[in-house]
Amino acid sequence: MIIQSALAVAAVAVSSTAVATFPRSVLAFLAFQAAVLFVYLARVPRWLRIGLLGLALLVLMPLIGAYNGYYLEVATQVGIFVALALGLNIVVGLAGLLDLGYVAFFAVGAYSWAIPGSPHGNEIFGSGFPLPPSTFYLFLLVGLLVAAGTGVLLGLPVLRLHGDYLAIVTLGFGEVIRVLANNLDKPINLTNGPKGITPIGRPPAPFGLPYGEYFYFLVLLIVAIVILVNRRLEDSHIGRAWEAIREDEVAAQAMGVPLVRAKLLAFACGASFAGVMGVVFSAKQLFINPESFTFLESIGVLSMVILGGMGSIPGAVLGAMAVTVLNLQVLKGFSLWLNELKNAGVTILGFNLADLPTQFEPAKYERMIFGIILVLMMIFRPQGILPARRRQRELR
Amino acid sequence: MDLPLLLGILPQVLLDGLILGFMYALIALGYTMVYGVLEFINFAHSEIFIVGAFVGVELLLGLKSAGLLDALPWPLVLVLVLVAGMAASGVLAVTVERVAYRPLRHAPRLIPLISAIGISFFLQDAIRLFESLWRNAFNLVYPTMDVLNVRFELTQTVDVSVKSLVVIVAALAMLGVLHLLVNRTKVGTAIRAVAEDQAAASLMGINVNRIISLTFLIGGAMGGAAGVLFGVQYGLINPYTGFIPGLKAFTAAVLGGIGNIPGAMLGGLVLGLLEALAASYLSLLTGGAFGAEYKDIFAFSVLIVILIFRPKGLLGEVIRGRA
Repeated sequence: MIIQSALAVAAVAVSSTAVATFPRSVLAFLAFQAAVLFVYLARVPRWLRIGLLGLALLVLMPLIGAYNGYYLEVATQVGIFVALALGLNIVVGLAGLLDLGYVAFFAVGAYSWAIPGSPHGNEIFGSGFPLPPSTFYLFLLVGLLVAAGTGVLLGLPVLRLHGDYLAIVTLGFGEVIRVLANNLDKPINLTNGPKGITPIGRPPAPFGLPYGEYFYFLVLLIVAIVILVNRRLEDSHIGRAWEAIREDEVAAQAMGVPLVRAKLLAFACGASFAGVMGVVFSAKQLFINPESFTFLESIGVLSMVILGGMGSIPGAVLGAMAVTVLNLQVLKGFSLWLNELKNAGVTILGFNLADLPTQFEPAKYERMIFGIILVLMMIFRPQGILPARRRQRELR
Repeated sequence: MDLPLLLGILPQVLLDGLILGFMYALIALGYTMVYGVLEFINFAHSEIFIVGAFVGVELLLGLKSAGLLDALPWPLVLVLVLVAGMAASGVLAVTVERVAYRPLRHAPRLIPLISAIGISFFLQDAIRLFESLWRNAFNLVYPTMDVLNVRFELTQTVDVSVKSLVVIVAALAMLGVLHLLVNRTKVGTAIRAVAEDQAAASLMGINVNRIISLTFLIGGAMGGAAGVLFGVQYGLINPYTGFIPGLKAFTAAVLGGIGNIPGAMLGGLVLGLLEALAASYLSLLTGGAFGAEYKDIFAFSVLIVILIFRPKGLLGEVIRGRA
């Protein structure tokens, strides 16, 4: 414990110094993220963990952001995906309902602020739009409720289905939402079709914070709430009911678990996290269109949950961080580096890199990464990197 | 509404639906056979299908650059391409089973499904990677063969091209052969026995693993044939093209009763016809308010409705499923 504490302090100190010395180095920033993750997972005293995490996330990260705004953007994206992964973790990890259309709820949340928060609302309701930007906070709640309602609406007809059928139907549902978003520009222009909606209003940032910092703190706050809610849920009455359903539906029912209500609640809970983050996402991006809500995104979030460990909260956090950073930084960094080598005409093993076809770009192969993660995890470690304790026992 | 106009295009719509339906039926066979034997949705089947299409286009482009495309008689070329596509897809399906599904055969049900999703995503980008390195392009166009584009006018509003006839004839022939294989041969009996009860089948001296591989081989080969026919019929393919037809073929399999071979054929045809009708009439009947794009929603709604009201499909599930 003492060694780990010392290591945690050292890791934060060294990595933040590294970032301060080399503000443009991807490696330094990766080390910083790894240090934060280490503090979160290491066996250190509670006060030290909270202190170090607070220092790193509330002070150091915004400072880094002041040097290099892109890193703050990465951190914000990581936060968004952590919340999504935790939401899906409830549905897939705790309740054992494989949802392949999870991003649909994210989309519903995003559109529920994008339409009233932009001039586009006038096309539907006449006049009076965009709503004043301060109503954004109200719409965080609206997005939550709309997404939860959509979850219940989807759940009601399909919850009689089991396992893999449920997976395919949720996949179909996700596609339906995307096709609707793509085509509901007529007869009434609800979503403006593939052109998307812009400009979406942003709330006034308090204390004159720049928007990068503002959204970072907002996402951080929401993630903290989501983690708290998740931890309370896990050991609550309903959380245990979910796990009972996952293990054996018939036995759970015999023990008096109300199947339909518990499953609907799982869908609604999972969906509501995505709904809130959808609202934040639309305000942050200023622009949304159906392209942000494809099946690829659903699978991305699923592979985060699987990588970390189904049903495990630290697992979902770790998975979301790893996959997002891999996508945003490692692959992109590798692409850029390869491009530089190509332009310099470097030769590797007698092969001139300048001869590489132009269509070959490592950054475009995220599906392959997701695919490899899913297959390898299923074969070698189905319980995930940081398994939930109960789940670990079950799979052994 | 202009009734004569609506009726006038009906035969053409039905014909298009039939072609689409045969394609779905061929793909659906892969889902349904695997489900019948393992009670498992082979999510990667849509990519096995599109691999057939890519092998077909590579072979055709190869023949073209060798100057053989017009020199050889066209039925020979078509048979060659079909056989190549079927072989590639069949072997790929067997390999995928061996690598990603067999180690998980006794795991909880969602585990192999997630593995299959992973394989599906991996294959999409693997095809893209290969074609990017090989041709520096991954949107490929089937080379045209003039004979195939000849159109016969049946009536003033209905015409049919040679390639459509080829699709129908090839699909019918393959469905017929498969039917004979499963119902009239010793191997077919073994497949049905394994589907019914693996343990009992193995006690009767059937090598269960070999039969499962064979099932994947046959299902994959049907998918590969569908891929080649898809390319010949519609021309443009890319690594991600397979996904939606795959999903719809799965819908077709469920519609007909999953695990049921005649059901997959029926489901494919019904879904193809419904989709063609929706694609051409939705826009006409609603005055352009809902376009042909809604045909996808239509197919998924069919899936949801069938699963809720008749989960065993039109012809019923042959195997008592746990689902």
